[in-house]
Amino acid sequence: MTARDETIQNLEAMARRMRRCALRLALSAGNNGAHVGSGLSIIEIMAVLYGGILRIDPKNPAWDGRDRFILSKGHGTLGYYPALMEAGLITREELASFEKNGGILPGQPVMNLEKGIEYSSGTLGHGLSVGIGLALAGKRRGSPHRVFVLMGDGECNEGSVWEACMAARHYRLNNLVAIVDANEMQSDGARCDIMAADYEAMWRAFGWDVRVVDGHNVKDLFETLGMENRTDSPRVIIARTVKGKGVSFIENKAEWHHNRLTREQYDAAMRELPP
Amino acid sequence: MIEFNSLNARLWSKLGQRATFGMTMLELGRELDDLVVLTGDLCTTSGLDRFRAAFPGKFYNIGIAEQNLIGISAGLAKEGKTVFASTFATFGAMRSYEQVRLNLGYMGLNVKLVGLGSGFSMGMFGNTHYGIEDIALMRAIPGLAILSPADCTEVVKATMAAALRSGPFYIRLTGVTNNPIVYRNDYAYEIGKAVCVKPDSDIAIIATGSMVHHAVEAAQILESRGISAEVMDMHTIKPLDDDALRTAANRMKLIVTVEEHSIVGGLGGAVAEFLCGLPHAPRQLIIGMPDAFQIVGDYTYLLEENGLTGPHIAEKILTAFNSRTDY
Repeated sequence: MTARDETIQNLEAMARRMRRCALRLALSAGNNGAHVGSGLSIIEIMAVLYGGILRIDPKNPAWDGRDRFILSKGHGTLGYYPALMEAGLITREELASFEKNGGILPGQPVMNLEKGIEYSSGTLGHGLSVGIGLALAGKRRGSPHRVFVLMGDGECNEGSVWEACMAARHYRLNNLVAIVDANEMQSDGARCDIMAADYEAMWRAFGWDVRVVDGHNVKDLFETLGMENRTDSPRVIIARTVKGKGVSFIENKAEWHHNRLTREQYDAAMRELPP
Repeated sequence: MIEFNSLNARLWSKLGQRATFGMTMLELGRELDDLVVLTGDLCTTSGLDRFRAAFPGKFYNIGIAEQNLIGISAGLAKEGKTVFASTFATFGAMRSYEQVRLNLGYMGLNVKLVGLGSGFSMGMFGNTHYGIEDIALMRAIPGLAILSPADCTEVVKATMAAALRSGPFYIRLTGVTNNPIVYRNDYAYEIGKAVCVKPDSDIAIIATGSMVHHAVEAAQILESRGISAEVMDMHTIKPLDDDALRTAANRMKLIVTVEEHSIVGGLGGAVAEFLCGLPHAPRQLIIGMPDAFQIVGDYTYLLEENGLTGPHIAEKILTAFNSRTDY
């Protein structure tokens, strides 16, 4: 087995732990409920980023040379917080404070550089513009840091995303990577019913370097996210995902966009997940 | 190094507030390494052409995309830059309101949003371009400081003070070229500290932006009728100068606020919110734009029509002052 194979295996194992962890968090949220479907769809993306791609230093989370990651789809915390713990940025105890009154890890992230949380999000369509600012500053001072912004495909309904899309290409920000969690669902149901748009063609038309991957295939993700950008365009990775991935009764169900997970549902879900 | 003297006061007045802002940025560009200036396709209008030519590495034109303008500004601020972003007041305060709330308010990022052509400055552009509600909107965002300079000299002072203080600001520019002069000579400017432009007793006229000049005129008219009125330049609308207001409330029989902004939620609202918390406060008269969209006209016409000139202001104050028998 090559070192690369071993890395992939480790990342797959990390993703499995994170998916189980996400369900534990959803259960612990109790009646507050959580964005279960949107968290489960980004598990592999987050595992690959935090386990194999991002240059970060958990001992010095605000290190100037770090890669910047913005969770623009702020409702993806069930995928995000477990990754922060796996990466050593937050402790298990801190993770247990998820959605607890007065805690640092509410349902949508609050900027906290000491914990590696780059940006306060939750309201959609903001992250890509901010990512442009981070990438521009990096270019101007010759910093090698890269900027990754994870958005939802529903989020791409927002006009501000396309303002940013235009500008990122104008400034030739090849140090910027947008990732679209293309789970084809949004709060009210199927994306094609709510706002059908050929996003892939749109990103291409805006001049981006467009890559399409299976968003649950760790190997694909690892290769694509790690691929050097030799073009002078920003890159978008459209990750084809399944909302609620891994749990049969949650997958592709609009009611699981945000919902309360009962003990019985949790037990049933855990039985479906590989250890 | 910028010098504050009567010669410059006259020069800047001729240029108007926008060009004076651009000129100040040119100066700051030489002094501040981390300065970055962005605009939304309003480089010339912001007086920034010379800045752009002198500091191409510190300037970004984001195009007609105000949401993105604020988002990119926020990203640059996160990377340690001191960021100025300019667009028309209406667009900056409204089109990108949520970006301002999230990035400048919630995250407190070091972005100075400069609202150009607020109040009635946009004249024949009409109501789509009038800055009627920007103070009310910006004031509702926690943590965002609001500066509203009285004249061009104060634009220089406010811009420099904001640049040197880390944190988010909204800077509101009003008026057109040949901007009336309030300050002919150098004076002490401090964010959050009102300037007493004309000390007196009985009535406190608390004005902001372009209205400071007209308030001084009004006070002179009142004086000729035997009524003494003090004029205060409330150049910082948030945080308000509580001490100055408390002193005025203790000393005065009537408090008047004057602003080139809607009577809803602006300086008048801010002062009223403060006064109603005092055990004893004098009556307050709020003078500003009526709560209505306007018939379109040029700047002078609109001030006149809305009663925002010295004689009109004096008349309103007289009526209010004389309508009370308990002084």
